[in-house]
Amino acid sequence: MLQFKTSIVGLSSGVLFGLGLAVSGMTDTQKVKGFLDVFGNWDITLAFVMASALLITIPSFYFIQKRKAPLCNLEFSVPKNNKTDNKLIFGAALFGIGWGMVGWCPGPAIASLVYLDLTVVYFLLAMFVGMAIANKV
Amino acid sequence: MNEYLMAVVGGILIGLSALILLLFNGRIAGISGIAWRSWQSSVEQKWQWLFIIGLLLGTWLAHSQLNITVPQLPDNNVGWIVLAGFLVGFGAKLGSGCTSGHGICGIGRLSKRSFIATSIFMSTGILSVFLSHFI
Repeated sequence: MLQFKTSIVGLSSGVLFGLGLAVSGMTDTQKVKGFLDVFGNWDITLAFVMASALLITIPSFYFIQKRKAPLCNLEFSVPKNNKTDNKLIFGAALFGIGWGMVGWCPGPAIASLVYLDLTVVYFLLAMFVGMAIANKV
Repeated sequence: MNEYLMAVVGGILIGLSALILLLFNGRIAGISGIAWRSWQSSVEQKWQWLFIIGLLLGTWLAHSQLNITVPQLPDNNVGWIVLAGFLVGFGAKLGSGCTSGHGICGIGRLSKRSFIATSIFMSTGILSVFLSHFI
């Protein structure tokens, strides 16, 4: 029963996320690159995606985390680590470089599978290889 | 609809997605983490796979039912795409998160690590686009 409930929540959360990515323009790599092109032809539109998402998450997470347990699961599982280490810095730096090269980060890249183009498949395969190697580091 | 309004509506949908995942399942909506763990054998696998299926379904619905224009796909050569994908995957796993995990959920939890990670990947992303003008 627990697994049934968490599955329904997972599916619903995924649908909302996919709708959000497509509606906001986050799956448009030209737009993402335009957002990162601060010193060129800067397109500020996507800043509104992050700002409005944070407007939802910051206040709601504050109250949700005061609960003892989530509604459909046994416990909260959120990262406890609060140290800034080299892995975080180096990983985030490489992630940003890859993100700017094409304009895809993991969410929009997976969502773009619906566009049925091999480019997405190449990107995702390389992404999972990258994850598997980083997992050994 | 105006593109700024679409960005705001899309951001709210993403925020709500993260809200229900934390409130009901007690989990963080970080896509790189969800995608990675959906391949690992664990009891968590099920909702993570369904999240990915939902992600595809939501994107498809936006284009087919809400008439959102399908974006043009990147026209870079395969080597460039593969290198970018590798860096995104390697970096997200090493740095414990991506745009959603650190940028939306981590900052949402006011995590210092996520503030730092987000500042770094935004900066190197900007640098990457800047440098690519010269290639």
